[in-house]
Amino acid sequence: RQELLKWNGWGYNDSKFIFNKKGQAEFTGKRYRLGGMVLPTFKEWIEKTFGASLEHKTTSRASLNVNDVPPSIVNEEFLQDLRATEISYSQDAEDRVFRAHGHCLHEIFVLREGMFKRIPDIVVWPVCHEDVVKIVELACKHNLCIIPFGGGTSVSSALECPEEEKRTIVSLDTSQMNRILWIDEKNLTACVEAGIVGQDLEKQLAESGFCTGHEPDSMEFSSLGGWVATRASGMKKNIYGNIEDLVIHIKMVTPRGIVEKNCQVPRMSTGPDIHHFIMGSEGTLGVITEVTIKIRPVPEYQKYGSVVFPNFERGVACLREVAKQRCAPASIRLVDNAQFQFGHALKPQVASIFTSFLDGLKKFYITKFKGFDPNVLCVATLLFEGDREKVLQHEKQVYDIATKFGGLAAGEDNGQRGYMLTFVIAYIRDLGLDYYVIGESFETSVPWDRVLDLCRNVKERIVRECKEKGVQFAPLSTCRVTQTYDAGACVYFYFAFNYRGISDPIHVYEQIERAAREEILANGGSLSHHHGVGKLRKHWMKESISDVGLGMLRSVKEYVDPNNIFGNKNLL
Amino acid sequence: TVAKQTTEWLETASHSLFVCSQQKELTSKKRDEFEDILEERRLSSDLRYAMKCYTPVIYKGLSPCKPNDIKSAVLQSEQVQYVIKQLAKEVGESPDIIQEEATEILDEMGHSMQLGAVRFFAFTLSKIFKRLFQRVCVNEEGMQRLQHAIQEHPVVLLPSHRSYVDFLMLSYLLYTYDLALPVIAAGIFLGMKIVGELLRRAGAFFMRRSFGGNRLYWAVFAEYVKTMLRSGYAPIEFFLEGTRSRTAKTLTPKFGLLSIVMEPFFKREVFDTYLVPISISYERILEESLYAYELLGVPKPKESTSGLLKARRILSDNFGTIHIYVGQPVSLRTLASGRISRCPYNLVPRHLPQKPSEDIQEFVSDVAYKMELLQIENMVLSPWVLVAAVLLQNLPAMDFELLLEKTLWLKGLTQIFGGFIEWPDNLCAKKAVLSGLTLHSNIAHLVDGQVVLNDRVEDGAIGEIVFKRALAILMCATYRNQLLNVFVRPSLVAVALQMTHSFRKEEVYSCFSFLRDVFSDEFIFFPGISLKDFEEGCFLLTKCDAIQTSQQEIYPTDKGSVIVSFLSAVFRPFVEGYQLIFRYLSKETREAFTEKQFIPGVRNFVFQLLEKGNTQCYEALSSDMQKNALAALVQLGAVKKKKMSNGFTYNVNQEAVNKILDMFDARVPVQKPVAARL
Repeated sequence: RQELLKWNGWGYNDSKFIFNKKGQAEFTGKRYRLGGMVLPTFKEWIEKTFGASLEHKTTSRASLNVNDVPPSIVNEEFLQDLRATEISYSQDAEDRVFRAHGHCLHEIFVLREGMFKRIPDIVVWPVCHEDVVKIVELACKHNLCIIPFGGGTSVSSALECPEEEKRTIVSLDTSQMNRILWIDEKNLTACVEAGIVGQDLEKQLAESGFCTGHEPDSMEFSSLGGWVATRASGMKKNIYGNIEDLVIHIKMVTPRGIVEKNCQVPRMSTGPDIHHFIMGSEGTLGVITEVTIKIRPVPEYQKYGSVVFPNFERGVACLREVAKQRCAPASIRLVDNAQFQFGHALKPQVASIFTSFLDGLKKFYITKFKGFDPNVLCVATLLFEGDREKVLQHEKQVYDIATKFGGLAAGEDNGQRGYMLTFVIAYIRDLGLDYYVIGESFETSVPWDRVLDLCRNVKERIVRECKEKGVQFAPLSTCRVTQTYDAGACVYFYFAFNYRGISDPIHVYEQIERAAREEILANGGSLSHHHGVGKLRKHWMKESISDVGLGMLRSVKEYVDPNNIFGNKNLL
Repeated sequence: TVAKQTTEWLETASHSLFVCSQQKELTSKKRDEFEDILEERRLSSDLRYAMKCYTPVIYKGLSPCKPNDIKSAVLQSEQVQYVIKQLAKEVGESPDIIQEEATEILDEMGHSMQLGAVRFFAFTLSKIFKRLFQRVCVNEEGMQRLQHAIQEHPVVLLPSHRSYVDFLMLSYLLYTYDLALPVIAAGIFLGMKIVGELLRRAGAFFMRRSFGGNRLYWAVFAEYVKTMLRSGYAPIEFFLEGTRSRTAKTLTPKFGLLSIVMEPFFKREVFDTYLVPISISYERILEESLYAYELLGVPKPKESTSGLLKARRILSDNFGTIHIYVGQPVSLRTLASGRISRCPYNLVPRHLPQKPSEDIQEFVSDVAYKMELLQIENMVLSPWVLVAAVLLQNLPAMDFELLLEKTLWLKGLTQIFGGFIEWPDNLCAKKAVLSGLTLHSNIAHLVDGQVVLNDRVEDGAIGEIVFKRALAILMCATYRNQLLNVFVRPSLVAVALQMTHSFRKEEVYSCFSFLRDVFSDEFIFFPGISLKDFEEGCFLLTKCDAIQTSQQEIYPTDKGSVIVSFLSAVFRPFVEGYQLIFRYLSKETREAFTEKQFIPGVRNFVFQLLEKGNTQCYEALSSDMQKNALAALVQLGAVKKKKMSNGFTYNVNQEAVNKILDMFDARVPVQKPVAARL
């Protein structure tokens, strides 16, 4: 799998944005719907939004320079013990670097232009739960540090090796533990090894006519164990729930032994739920090896949709009403104007004159006839799932509510493109990096009444901080309300800027992201809705969960892992 | 010990971000140029000016709405509805009745800005201002900064308050510069039917003078202000001082309105809020004699329309020049950064009324003082202010040449102290002083080379003589007082030097610190930085070569004794006045008294002393000083203030007052634990 993926960027080697000979943007490969298509307006959008130009290009190193890589220091006795277990391992530089990072901006930047100070000394590939037990035992015996590695899609610096770690760091790659152990159709559960990647899980379940319905944006690459360890959230949580709603049983190997429950029941009252110590533990307590997860029959029918609102305020009001009536479709998202334009720039070249004529007509109707300002309007994208009949009924209900808030149905195509953006956004970042544009996304959750204020203030804060820090061009600072709940919403921000003329762009970037997080907290938002804390947001943990709360978590860590074998230093 | 001292100095130096920023401002004081806005009015048609195309710049996030939309938004707001429901439950009445009440309150206070009324005002005010004033000078750069600020964030205008002219002038000014007219929180004019209505249409809204107990009123009022602020509807204007200062000294700030306008930012309903300090200085204050009467306890005429008409008489008078200095807009976000814990606002729904936490209250108070100090910094001092200060030390008459010489000397000193003197176009000193005398001929005049105070009474009884004299002195003092804001720190050092008869720094400092506490209602000090104020005073005295300081000691220099004695003489009326008032209180034996009983009592006491010639301190007759002195004793713990159903009552602790009096009379040295910090 490592060979299929980029070593210094997001996703598959064959999928990336390029500018073709005519200077038009194009997305390569055949993996995505956008693959092979020409995006005629994308270049202009980039130039207009960032002041970037195709003439100013940075180049990443073509390949890893093995000489830069810190040497692998592994004690020979441990290697002997490891060989005896017949678990495969590697001390190869590329293998180790590949597992030394997640996908934070600064990590990718290091890959392109520098080298990590500390990387794993050895990578091991257990193939089953028992292998993991053996590895953890060996680590305890030899006093090593284990960092579990799943899909490697972390965006919280969770996979970075602590620089000051003197012990041998073992990267425990779970990717070979990727089988579905059993499917229980009576109870609609499946027991799955934790290393399985999202899309494989769905593909294999689909063969039996099932799905989990858990679709985080990273599902092509992220793993089941990673979801549990970070309290992941899926796009379609309105139907299927977030990871904490999906999980029925977890098996985790810790230095103290194995932790699990004695039964697989929908709910139990046996003190605080031990699953909640595991979910969100971010690899600090042990390795999740097997998970029993809820499954559902694959839905009969899926339908995308979109609604245009005259402004963001009306859109948020509509989403709030939808949440109040508890009739949210599988997914409902509201993108602000800037993100709408972003999505628009990714519109592929249209095949026929007829479609382009229709588009023109639609645009005319919305902007001229309905009086929507194209620089103010915003779009909600929808995804319905279920029985065909129920979907259509549901669709009508949601569109009726939207109408009350001035919304106009804007077609399936716009909706689908909106969702596509979330899958290709990380590829776009790689393109940006080639042209002095750096960016990242971050998220939060917030009560309904503060959504508008938070969105406005955080975006404004970003713009101001950029100005103060000497960023020459106004940044892209955009958000979407990406999940709705009874009591609030999840808001997702994209933030990118052109760093030409700045000597230390990553430092500037980090300062601004930090300011943005401060702003979120001051506006009553959470530290994280689903990305997790890692090392990137540790700083605010005390404020987030109080001294005592932090102490509670610490005491669990102390009991479970007194010698800090799982020493990735996340969270606490 | 040196190291220890240094760290302590450093500690106090880094007391807070606030203080540091103030220090910086002190050293880099650069002020804008003034522009006369009446000049153009004298050259072109007022009617055309009033009918000009008026398209003010507006806040970028503004969703346009009419005054009535705002009113209904306020009534429907969760905040007001919550209080209505609460009250309905408590009183047992139907919410509809209380809602009705709220509507009435809102109608009573609400403004209904109409362009027609604005144009009417533009026209009439042009006429009136041209007759009253020679020039109205404005720093244009300040107006430009304001214009920029209005587009960026909600803006709160915080002008100084010396006269009713203040807010008329400010609205007039904004109209002239094509800026959005402010909505004004004014506690006045409720009695003036016609003018009140006109003002309402020009954007004023009214608050009752006191509504402490009325929760509905408070809720409606607060929400009204916040709604206008949040929507960026128009700049909000109010007076930190709460009322017109009768003495031209800046009054200690009121915090209520300020905390209302700060709340939307605390709750992050707005990204930021700009606070704009505005200093309005009058060469001659319209209400000067009115104020003097009022301070002496002669009831002032009610603010009624007929009263205003009678005031027409003053239209034929000349009131000189007005200087309006629009300060740098201060970002509330910048002030608050790192100071406010965000938790309290995150854990309670934002529409619930919430008592501000202690650190918020402290922050609001700090901001209020900071804004007033910024007002003070840019107050323009006219030559007459210097003349008044000199004259008051040389009563009843003074040789003109000597006055001239002293005035020039004082000008130099004031400039060293950072005072903002506007000396009209390089006018020679003689002309400047003469023009001041002409303008203020009701206070003093020139006879046979002597400048004489206008305090003559033909064959009056002794009481009448005293009264007339007091009147003239209080009027004169109003101008001298404008200087005090600049002089207070070095002067209190000077007073302390004289009171302690000591050169030891720590003794002088404890005396300074004591005086600063006693006068904390009289002058504006930033809370809690006594040591820094002392340092500043010493620094300024060193700067003008009046003193020399070493590690432990302060010496007046030879030539410095003139300055030191002048500076302490400027403040003598306050020291002596407080002594008299304290003396009166030390004999007060009643169990409890109200302010209404206290003022006439102390006035009679001082009046009799003056009649007998036992004191020369006419300023002790000022009810302003009397109230401040009482407040100081309350703060020092020598008088107990109790809230009763019919207002406050006071109770004196004789022993404590006597002790303070002793310190004040310099019979016993001031001893305070603070001294250890030096």
